[in-house]
Amino acid sequence: MIPSIIVVTLTAGSVYALLASGLSLIFGVAHIINLAHTAFYMVAAYGLWFFMQQLGLSPIASIAITVPAVTLLGLLSYQFLLNRVRQHPQAILLITIALAMVFQEILVLCFGSHLHTSPPLIAGSTTILGVIVTNQQLLLLGVVAVVILTLGLFLSKTKLGIAIRATANDAEIANLMGISVPRTLLITMGIGTALAAVAATLMASVWVFYPYAWMAPLTMVLAIVVLGGLGSIKGSIIGAFIIALVETLVVFLLPGQGYMKMAFALLAMVIVLAVRPGGLFGTVFEEERL
Amino acid sequence: MLRRLLKDFRWGVLPVPGRLIAVIFFVFLFIFPLTTDARYPMLILTLASIYAIFAVSWDLLSGYTGQLNFGHALSFGAGAYGSALLYKYLGWPPGVTIPLGAAGAALIGVITCFPALRLRGPYLSLLTLAFPLLLAQVVLAFPDVFGGYVGIRGLPSLAATPIGEYYIVLLVMTVAVLIMWKLTDAGSRYVRTGLIFHAIREDEIAARATGINTIRYKILAFAIGGFFGGIAGGLFGHLLGTVGPGTFSLILSFQVIIWVIFGGIVSIYGAIVGVFTLYPLVQLLQGTFISAYRNLIMAVLVILILLFMPEGIAVWVRDKIERECPRCKLTNAAWRRECRACGASLR
Repeated sequence: MIPSIIVVTLTAGSVYALLASGLSLIFGVAHIINLAHTAFYMVAAYGLWFFMQQLGLSPIASIAITVPAVTLLGLLSYQFLLNRVRQHPQAILLITIALAMVFQEILVLCFGSHLHTSPPLIAGSTTILGVIVTNQQLLLLGVVAVVILTLGLFLSKTKLGIAIRATANDAEIANLMGISVPRTLLITMGIGTALAAVAATLMASVWVFYPYAWMAPLTMVLAIVVLGGLGSIKGSIIGAFIIALVETLVVFLLPGQGYMKMAFALLAMVIVLAVRPGGLFGTVFEEERL
Repeated sequence: MLRRLLKDFRWGVLPVPGRLIAVIFFVFLFIFPLTTDARYPMLILTLASIYAIFAVSWDLLSGYTGQLNFGHALSFGAGAYGSALLYKYLGWPPGVTIPLGAAGAALIGVITCFPALRLRGPYLSLLTLAFPLLLAQVVLAFPDVFGGYVGIRGLPSLAATPIGEYYIVLLVMTVAVLIMWKLTDAGSRYVRTGLIFHAIREDEIAARATGINTIRYKILAFAIGGFFGGIAGGLFGHLLGTVGPGTFSLILSFQVIIWVIFGGIVSIYGAIVGVFTLYPLVQLLQGTFISAYRNLIMAVLVILILLFMPEGIAVWVRDKIERECPRCKLTNAAWRRECRACGASLR
């Protein structure tokens, strides 16, 4: 049982890690809690399913269309919706909820509200240590590892990555140093959405999805981001695996009580917050004084 | 007494368009059942009144003290289940169980706020998001007591006729909103809470430095918000005759945020405007040919309104029809040339 717990934890944890690091990046740089984050993930899952199942395109072509399209959607919604109301924190919160509901309703109207799954990107399975692991899961683990390493290198080594971190640290000073803050925020939103889209293309064949499938992952991802510390990508990744482990243990150790997994994940978050009010790797916000 | 009310009306309400609209609106609500026998609009308005209590209690907690609560369905569900359980096991009438259930909801609000007191900003919001979902799991885990997914059925109705229910709910709503309005009135001479809530929101450290025990007032805000949220939940359960785990749902928590921010946060009337615009609108679209699009229409409407009026629709309208006198700070109608009290030029 232990090897299968490890496999399921790694699979769920790596998808959560992608989703959570995107959300955390957007929060850290733009100070927006993007509640539509998992809605982009869901739209990407639908896109992949549509291109592969309905139009019969090859997996690579479908991914090549879906990921840029969803990223573009994220960029457009940032530029024309979120950016306009950045001065009003409540309005921005509500706009992200409303945006998620718009996506949800459009998906209901186009594809109905029943469950879907995509065909796997690559078929077949391998046996490792007596556990059957589908090749899709192996692909997922590999891709997630590569994406996260690339993200880390991008943020620490490239000029743009340094600009993003500088903006996260202090937007005003970054502006004085010649960094175009609006452009940096836009690029960050694009990266965050692209991470969600990649997570969706990898997960579309493993999890079922339906037009309301943004709420449950949203709760989990928010729990992860808070547990790890808002704005910290390292925290998000570690938090993702902690939450995934809790979830998997509940599913394996309490048979028939699988619906409790969200409760236990949230309980883990509450406990961490009770001990460390800033999450594992976050900093407690000093109150902003004007 | 009557003469004083008339005087207040003549000099305090008539010259200020916003207050006049509020009075007309409440008069309309009270005479509405006399003009029509239609059941459906009355049910919608009854539910809207219940949601108005709920929305105003969220505004008091989250808008005024700035503790943005993502899980206010906690108090709604706790109040609903509290009164339902009291009926199920003790058989008490709704008039007793609803306040007791609401007190239970206030207690749960206070208990949950203890881990929340150390947290700020987004951490607090996301922590509060977790609590109703946790309590919903508890409810599902004990199906003998709470009835599982079906919930508790067969609750007695509030009154014998729909008109009676309408008036009971409306009366409770009016009283509850008046109490919460007074509690949050920063200019009040009798209650300090309004001023202190504003101070906590604007600058908690400065509030503490002036000797306000901010922790105590935050707990108080959680208790008041929980109590009135619980009243709304109890009324809801007895109106529909059934209480299910849906009262804890994430959708309800988000719905209340949508109503309040749409109407205008940190203003009691904004919450009421939000509920009484959006809720009937969505319900009226239900029967028509665009029924399938109604949630889409609502979401797009919310986005458009917020793009052009980010402070909320009620605040936007108020700024259009009212102007504050620069000299004596009295509210005037926007079309007056000079202040109605001191005669200072408004242009």
